[in-house]
Parts: sequence; C-alpha cells; structure tokens
Amino acid sequence: MNWIEIGELSDIPVRGARCVKTPQGKIAVFRTAENDVFAIEDHCPHKGGPLSQGIVHGRAVTCPLHNWVISLETGKAQGADEGKVRTIPVRNEGGKLSIALESLMLTAAE
Amino acid sequence: MAEKLVIIGAGMASGRMLECLFEAAPGSFDITLFGAEPRGNYNRIMLSPVLAGEKTYEQIVTHDADWYASHNVNCRFGETVTKIDRKAKIIVTAKGDTPYDKLVVATGSAPFIIPIVGKDLPGVRAFRDLDDVNAMVEAAGKPNAKAVVIGGGLLGLEAAAALRLHGMEVVVLHLMGHLMERQLDPAAGYLLQKDLEGRGIKVHCKAQTQAILGQSHVEGVLLDDGTVYPADLVVMAVGIRPEVRIANDASLYVERGIVVNDQMVSSDPDILAIGECVEHERICYGLVAPLYDMAKVAAKTLLKQDAAFRPVETATQLKVTGVSLYSAGDFADAEDRQEIVLRDASAGIYKRLVLKENRILGAVLYGETGDGAWFFDMLRKGTDVSEMRDTLIFGQAYQGGSPLDPMAAVAALPDDAEICGCNGVCKSKIVGTINEKGLTSLDDVRAHTKASASCGSCTGLVEQLMKLTLGDSYNPAAVTPMCTCTDLGHDDVRRLIKAKGLKTIPAVMQELEWKTSCGCAKCRPALNYYLVCDWPDEYADDYQSRFINERVHANIQKDGTYSVVPRMWGGVTNAKELRAIADVVDKFNVPMVKVTGGQRIDLLGIEKEDLPAVWADLGQAGFVSGQAYAKGLRTVKTCVGSDWCRFGTQDSTGLGIRIEKFMWGSWTPAKLKLAVSGCPRNCAEATCKDIGVICVDSGFEIHFAGAAGLDIKGTEVLGLVKTEDEALEHIVALTQMYREQGRYLERIYKWAKRVGLDEIRRQIVQDHEKRKAYYERFVFSQKFAQVDPWSERVSGKDKHEFKPMATVEYSQAAE
Repeated sequence: MNWIEIGELSDIPVRGARCVKTPQGKIAVFRTAENDVFAIEDHCPHKGGPLSQGIVHGRAVTCPLHNWVISLETGKAQGADEGKVRTIPVRNEGGKLSIALESLMLTAAE
Repeated sequence: MAEKLVIIGAGMASGRMLECLFEAAPGSFDITLFGAEPRGNYNRIMLSPVLAGEKTYEQIVTHDADWYASHNVNCRFGETVTKIDRKAKIIVTAKGDTPYDKLVVATGSAPFIIPIVGKDLPGVRAFRDLDDVNAMVEAAGKPNAKAVVIGGGLLGLEAAAALRLHGMEVVVLHLMGHLMERQLDPAAGYLLQKDLEGRGIKVHCKAQTQAILGQSHVEGVLLDDGTVYPADLVVMAVGIRPEVRIANDASLYVERGIVVNDQMVSSDPDILAIGECVEHERICYGLVAPLYDMAKVAAKTLLKQDAAFRPVETATQLKVTGVSLYSAGDFADAEDRQEIVLRDASAGIYKRLVLKENRILGAVLYGETGDGAWFFDMLRKGTDVSEMRDTLIFGQAYQGGSPLDPMAAVAALPDDAEICGCNGVCKSKIVGTINEKGLTSLDDVRAHTKASASCGSCTGLVEQLMKLTLGDSYNPAAVTPMCTCTDLGHDDVRRLIKAKGLKTIPAVMQELEWKTSCGCAKCRPALNYYLVCDWPDEYADDYQSRFINERVHANIQKDGTYSVVPRMWGGVTNAKELRAIADVVDKFNVPMVKVTGGQRIDLLGIEKEDLPAVWADLGQAGFVSGQAYAKGLRTVKTCVGSDWCRFGTQDSTGLGIRIEKFMWGSWTPAKLKLAVSGCPRNCAEATCKDIGVICVDSGFEIHFAGAAGLDIKGTEVLGLVKTEDEALEHIVALTQMYREQGRYLERIYKWAKRVGLDEIRRQIVQDHEKRKAYYERFVFSQKFAQVDPWSERVSGKDKHEFKPMATVEYSQAAE
C-alpha cells in the first residue's frame, strides 16, 4: 500500500467532509459523529454529484443533487437506488490521516 | 478493621445492595447510611396502592429501623449530604465529616417540575414519596375537591385513578398524543383513555400547560389553548430526572446520570453508584428490575467478586385496580419488523406483538394480560416462534390450534396495472416490494419503489394498495412522521421543542427518542430550522445540518459549480454595481450571466474555491448575499410605481426596498418570495407570490398564499391597510406566524391551506395584540439573523469549506 498523508482528523468538521484532489479525480474524506473516517470517490453513481458536499448522517452521506444516500462503508447506494462508488482505504493514526492510492493507480492502469 | 462503607441514599436500590452484602459476607464493612427522608426504606412502587387506600404505609416498608440496627448499619436519616470531598475521602453534612474507604451514591431521582408560573404554589405536589401521598389524601378529604394531574404516564395515571377513588373530580393533562406513549402504542393508549373516562376521569391529550393559577393556594391550571381547569390539587407527574447534583459537585463523570461501568463503578474507582441516578451505556433506568440487578452487581464489586451489569428488557404493568395492561420490550415500527395484532372491540381486548426475524421484540396487551409473562419470557430468551406464529397471539393455551385465516385477496386490478405514471411502477411491483421488504409506511414505499415519489397524484392509489396488502396495521390517517428517524410528525416535534425547552439537535433526538444516532438529511435541516426559529438568541446554528447551498451561501449546479446572486434591493441597481458585476465576470471568466425572475443578476458556473474571492470583489461594490439559495427571504419584486409610472398609486419600489431591507436574512420554513405592485395592473405579479402587495389609491392591499411553481395559484387577500407602516407590520407578522407554524419545506400556500385563511386573518388582521406580538418576535430574531454571510466568509469564516484538504501530485501517487 502506498499511504499518502492528507492532513489531520481535525481538518474535517464532525459530520462533515473535505476533498482531496488526486490525479485520478477528487476523493471525499468523511468524518462521522463517532469520529470514524471514510474516503470515497467524490462522484455520485447517479449523476456525478459531489458527495463531499452532502449531509453526513450515521455512516452515510446524502448527495446534494438528487438525495441519493450512499453508504460510506461500502460505497453502495442505499434504499431502492442502485449504484456504487469506489471506496478508498483510509488510515487514522493518532489523528493523522492517510489514504492509500495504490488501488487508484491499479485501477487507472487497468 | 473493616473498611468504611458510606452510602448516600436509603432507597430501594441501596436496600437491596445491603441485603446482598449481608447475605454474602456479613460484617465485612463498617457501614454508614444517609437518607434524606426521615424514615427507613419502603417500596416506592407501592405508593399508588397506599394513595388509593388499598394498602397502608406499614405494609410497604421493606427495611425498618430494627432491620438496619440488627445489621449494625449506622443510620443517619433526615441528614442531607452537602458535599463529597474525593481528595480527603470524606463526605460532609451539617453535622460534620464522615470518612469513607468506599462510597456508594444511590441518590435516586427527583421529580421533574415543569418550569411554569405557579409551580411553587401550595397545593402543587409531585408524586414521589410518602409526604406527597399524605398531602394528596388530605386534599382529597375536602368536599367537592378537584384535582389536575399533569402527566399521563404510569405514575400520573395511578395517581389520577387513586384520587378518583377518593371522590375527587380528576383531570389528566398529557402532552403527547396518547396516554403512556412510552409503554403503549396509540391503539392501546386509546383503550386506556376510554377505560379511565368510564371511571369519571377526564383525559386531555396534547395538552400544553402554560401556567398554574392561584394567589395563596392553587386554584386552577391554564393551557396554552386558553382552557382552564379549576383545581384544589395539582399533581406533577411528568417524569423524573436522575438526582446527580452531589456527584456533579464532586466532578464525577456525569451525563444524564452518573456514568458507571459494568461493575457500577463511577469515574472514581472508590465511588460506586446504583439506582435511578445512574447512567449505564447511555441508558438511565426507572423500573425496579434493573435497579435490583445493579444492587447485586454493586455488592459483588464491593466484595471484590466478578460481576457485570447488563442492560435488561423490562416489562410494565399499570397498577390501577380493574385495568389490565401489560407492555414489554420495544414495539416501535421499523422496516425489518412485523407485527401481529388481535382486536376484540366489544370485549375491550387489544394485543399486539412485534416480531423481528421470528423473535418477539415487544408486546402490548390490554384487557387480557394473562399471557404477558409468557410473551415476556420468549422475548428475553429470544425464542424462535416461527412454529407457532399463526396462533401465537391467542396465547399459550391455544398452541396447536388451527391457524388464522389467510389475508383477504388483493383487489381486482391486474398485476401489471400501472399505478405511478411518473416512474412507471405497476401494481405487482408495489405489492411485491411491500411484502418482500416489510414496508409499513408510504415513505418506505416511495423510497423502495419510487411510486408516488414524484408528482404524488397517485398517492391515494398507493395507499389503497398498502391497505390491501398490510391490512389493519396500515393506518394512513395517522400522522406522517418527519422521516424514518422518528414516529413524530413535524407539528408534534415543533410543539415538543417548545414545551420541553429543547435547544440543541442532540437534545431533541435524545428526548424525543430518535431511532437513528444522528438523524438523516431530511430531519436534520428541519430540526435546525425549528431550533433557529424558536430560540433565535440561544441556539447555535448547526452548520453540518444545513444543505450545501446554505452552508456555502451559493447555489450548487449540476456540474458541482455554484451560482452567485447578489442582492439588488427591490430589483433596483446602478452603473457602479453593474460595473462591479462586469469586472467579476471578466476576472473569474464567469461562463454565464443571467437575469433572474426575481429582478436580479445570476452569475453561473463559479468554482467553489473562487467563491470567497468573488464575494470579496462584489462586497467592495456594496453587494451582500441575495440569499437566492435560502429557505428564507429571497426577493421583493417591484414595479416602478408612482415615481415614474403614470398609473402608479403609491411608491411601490420604495415599499419593496423597505420590506426587503427589513426582512432580509430571516430563515423561513421554505423560500419566501414577495412582490409589490404600484397599481392593480400588477406588473410586479404580486398575486402569485408568497406574499404580495397591490397598491391602490386608498392604501395597500396585502395578499398571500400564492404559488407559481409546481402549483399555480392566485393569492388570497389578507386585508387592506392605509399606511406603509401598517403594511410592513402585517407582512412581518404574517411571516412570523408562518415561521412558527410552518413545517420545514412547506410553502406558505400549503401552510395557509392547512391552518385556514380565516384563522390567519383573525390572528394577523383582527387581533391587534397577536399581530404586535408576532411582529416583535420577528424583530427580535432579526437581531441575530441580519449578518451578511458573504462578508463573514470573506473575513475567513468556514475557510476549510473552500479549499481542498490536500492535493496529491502525480509524483506522490506514483511512488
């Protein structure tokens, strides 16, 4: 795994998200009410809405464009909607956050 | 020498703990017991039968002075502990210090007294201890005495029934929609209410107590709807709060209760806590069974034995002679649960079991409770009931009998009949999904099938299908919950926020028992609005509960860029402003500039990261946010009026600007668009706005409740006023009434339809005091609302929102 530091847990508001720009596009990094951190592609499987701008609740985010609810754990659309967004490994070591981009590179190379 | 054990609180929990201690290892501690009441320990649960005259105090005593003496407990009853000094390991009372090696806090709970006028009048009692019971019996002794019981929970109803037995006239006031809502579902609550009314007890649900009336003694109770009930005795039985003051003062870790671990040890290893004052895994207990479990665990912990308290299911029975009622477990509806219901109206019997994966989760029994224990046993053991499911509800005696008749066939429509034209959903899809996913609400069906989720015109059909599929368990008349996180509707939530004084989103979710940990994208923005509206000076806006547009003060577009609309007061602009806009368009390469329907200019396609810089430039020219994104005041459209127009009767432009400057920044349930036309030719199109003004020679005709979006609807006339000042006051008061009563996302025309036009005219036009009060409340809240969000962000607020957290370069990613 190629872990890349992206900042601190405290950079992200509780029940909020921040973006990380990468060569393969934006990644949304979320922080839940319980301080769990998740990273997924910042691109709703429905119409490409920026998920990082949605309302975070439980372990899910609601897309700001058409209210699809996406699980932060699995990247899957919830309820009756179908679709999936890529999840990215994220690590929280004492408040320092890193994401693993190897998976991204592999996907890009495929 | 034996270790010194000091116990604060001589109630049921500490009594049970002492029993356990003496049984396991008598003499292992030198024990001192403090109790605030000047008597020994009695079974508090049995106070209701004492009040009813069915038992005497002597019969409910569990530990008297002799018992404590025979176990060498040094009793200090009637002596109040004022302080715990954890450093010195002593506790302090008026009579001096007492050292301890181990301390057990068992201070129990205190009755919650609603903070209203008159709460301290003589004749107002809680229902907590023997003194309360004695005072109530005394009050009941007077001829024709009247009692009002506030609180229709377990305790309040037991008090009411007992007072009625004493011959008092009794009224029960209950804040919620049905009695004992924590233990009963609405159907059982209704049966109970009928039962009590049959005994001559008046029940008033959804009753919000405003004040207790009286000079030197209580004389009556006033509700917020103006109802007055005369009373010689008022019993407050609205709930209990863990009594944690002394633990708080000692800086122990306290949330709602004193927080303990599984061993009942608090944040101080030498201090244990048990009983109603305790919070374990975020739960506070008020029923006796778990308290006894805590007592056992605490005794073992003191004796250095292994033991752990585990949360337990509890069952409740109402102790009113002649009423049979039993409830246990969790009986809220949820997606993955099914229920079995048996009703026999003529016999007054109602039984409901809630199942999940073939296991009983909850049980409510009314009228016939004989099988309560049997159900409760299976509930606790998690018994698989699939074998006997068809006959389960009939009780233990019927096992092995014949199964229930199958459900009636679904109505005659063919399976492929299209129900929802917008989303192309047919009947079999809806019925199939309801069954497959165990859907119980219209919202669920909308989420899973999309039927009725767009224009909504097929809602009636979908509801009929649900009724056919679900039978009795589907009740469309019931209040539509705000979202799947709660069973409460918007109106109930708004009422309870005010009534219970809830001032944060977590407080609302805790007190109103939200089913999710932090809500969802539907309820959080709604709650945030309600709290902003109800507590303008106290509530801190929850940024993360706002939709993105209201977080970044711009409108998100389909490609993730934003549009920016500066305010142009009344649609009036000038060369300097237009130049500033043109400069911004050039500097930031704004791809699209568009004039809006609300008479201002929209800059589209702006990158999020550029927003603060765009606002900074616009701010230089004097622009503030147009709040084109807000559930709040948007625009006041005007025509040129008497200054220019040959037909103009009044200065419509001036009035529009005045209204906009007065009302900008206010949050409303949904967007609010206004217009002022200078004559009945109505060039500003005021008669399809949320609120509109048509100027006429004799004054200003105020209109409201128009629509020109999803629905088209002409406005209704509120009234005619003579002056601009009056027009402003009426418009502001109307807006405030809508702010206080509207459901989140409910436009003013829908609200008006629900509340009634006459009622709105009565309150805003005819009732001068009401209008003034609404006006004042709006003015007060504006003090906190009129801050330009753009300039705030230009000066650095929410900086994180406009920058990526990190940028990963190619080289890094490729390493």
